[in-house]
Amino acid sequence: MRKWLAQRAAALLNALALGVALALPAGGYAVIESLQGLSTRSTIDPQLSVFMRTDATPEAARQLAARLRGDARVHRVRLVTREDALASLRGTSGLADVVAALGSNPLPDTLVVSVAGSGDGVLDELAEELGRAPGVALAQVDALWARRLAALERVGRLALALVAGILAVGLVAIAFNTIRLQILTQREEIEVSKLIGATDGFIQRPFLYLGLLQGLSGVLIALALVWAGLVLMNSEVVGLARTYGSDFRLAFLSLGEAIALASIAGALGWFGAYMSVSRYLREIQPK
Amino acid sequence: MTCDRSRRATSSRDWLISFSAVSKRFPGGKEALLGVSFAVEDGELLFVTGRSGAGKSTLLKLIAAIERPSSGSVLVNGQNVGALRPAALPYLRRNLGLVFQDQKLLYDRSVYDNVMLPLAFSDHPPREAARRARAALDKVGLLERERANPIQLSGGEQQRLAIARAVVNRPSILLADEPTANLDVDSAGHILDIFVAFNRVGVSVLVATHDLALVERYGTRVLRLAEGRLLGEGATA
Repeated sequence: MRKWLAQRAAALLNALALGVALALPAGGYAVIESLQGLSTRSTIDPQLSVFMRTDATPEAARQLAARLRGDARVHRVRLVTREDALASLRGTSGLADVVAALGSNPLPDTLVVSVAGSGDGVLDELAEELGRAPGVALAQVDALWARRLAALERVGRLALALVAGILAVGLVAIAFNTIRLQILTQREEIEVSKLIGATDGFIQRPFLYLGLLQGLSGVLIALALVWAGLVLMNSEVVGLARTYGSDFRLAFLSLGEAIALASIAGALGWFGAYMSVSRYLREIQPK
Repeated sequence: MTCDRSRRATSSRDWLISFSAVSKRFPGGKEALLGVSFAVEDGELLFVTGRSGAGKSTLLKLIAAIERPSSGSVLVNGQNVGALRPAALPYLRRNLGLVFQDQKLLYDRSVYDNVMLPLAFSDHPPREAARRARAALDKVGLLERERANPIQLSGGEQQRLAIARAVVNRPSILLADEPTANLDVDSAGHILDIFVAFNRVGVSVLVATHDLALVERYGTRVLRLAEGRLLGEGATA
C-alpha cells in the first residue's frame, strides 16, 4: 500500500511539473490571442494625418498634396478641406448644434497620407519631414499604438513558439525519465515477462499508455492553472478596459485549442515513453 | 549406458530437441559447453547432471534462447533457436515452461497473480484463464494459498509455485534448472515427483540437477556433464 501510494504521489508530482510547464505556453497563447483581437479591431493602416495651420491658405494644402503624390514613399493622399471637415462634423449626430454655436470654422485643412508597404520606418520619417513643412501645424502618425501592439504581438508569438518548443523537449525528457525509472522499478517483472514469452510490444504497452496519460494529465492541470490565472487577471483587466470604453477581456482557450493542446502533449508524452522503452527494454534480457 | 542419442542427434529424425556439436564460449573466454551433441524425444523425461559449473544451466538456457551457441546448432521443434530473430523468441518461450533455482517470482503479487502472468498474453478469455491458473495451482497443491504472497511460502512451496507458472500455458517442454537446490530431501523429492507427473501426461521434461542420488530412483535417461563436455548418458536405477 505504501509503495502504491508512493508511486501515485510521484506520478501526481510529475503531472504537476508537466502542468506548470505547459501552463506557460498555454497561458501565453491565450493572452496573445486576446491581444490580437484587440489590435485587429483597431485601424492599423499605415497612415498619418497632416494638419495645416488655420492661417494657411487652401492653395498651400493643395500644393503640399501635389508634392506628396509625387513622392515614391506615398501610396495615397486625400485632402480634407476645412469646409469638408466642418460639414462632416455637422453631420455627426448630436454635434450640429455645437458646430452652429461656433460662429467660425476652427478646423484646419488636413491631408490624410497613406504610405506604401508596411510603412513602419517611413511613417515616422514622413511625419518628421512634414512637421517641418511650411504651413503645417502638426503631422501625426495614426494608430501607432495599435501597430506597436501588433508588432509586440508578433514578438510575443515568436517568444511563445520558442518557449513552447523548449517545453515540448522538456515534456519529452520528463516522460522519458519517468518511464526509465518505472522500467528500472519493474526490471524484475520485465525480465520474468520476457522469460515466459511476453513480446516487446506487450511489455511496452503499459509504459506507452503511462507516457500518454502523463501528457494528458499535465494538460488538464495546465488548463486548470491557465483558467484560474485568466479569471484572476480578468478581475483587473476588465476594469482597466472599461476606463477606455472597451469590453475587452482575456479569453480562455477554445475547445478546439484545448483539444489540440491535449493531443500535442499526449503525443509528446507517448513519444518520450517510446524513446525510453526502446532504449531501456533492449537492455533488460533474461539471464 | 549408451550414447545412441548423442550419435543420432545429427540424423534426419525429427527430435523434439537436438544439440549438434554445440559449444558456448562466454566473453572473457570461459568455455561453458564444448561440442555437445544429444537429442530428446517428444514426451521424454531427461535429467542433466553434473557439478556446479559443468554447463547444465547453459545447456538449458540455449534451449530457451536465453543464450546463443558460439558454434553448432540447437534445434527445438525443428527450429534453429540460435538463429531466431529477437522478435520470434517470445513465441518459442511460450511453448517452454521454465523453472529456475531462484524461482524468479514476483513478490509484489499474490500466488494467483504470479500464475496468471503467462496467461496475460494468451488468447484465453478471463474466465478460462482463471480456471487454468487455479487448475495449475491445484496440480502443485497450492490452490489454498492462492491469495498468499509468495514471500509467505516455504522454499518448496515457492518452487511449486514456479512450476505452476511454468505449466499454466500447457507447454510441450518443461525445463527446470536446479529446482531442488536449497530444498530438504523430502521437498526435493516432492518437486521431482511433480515433474514426473507432468511427464506422464505427455510433457517433455528436462531437469538439470547436481544431485545424481536424487534422480536415481526415477529410472530414466541421464546426461552427465563435466566442465562443459558431455561425458555420457544412461538410465538411472
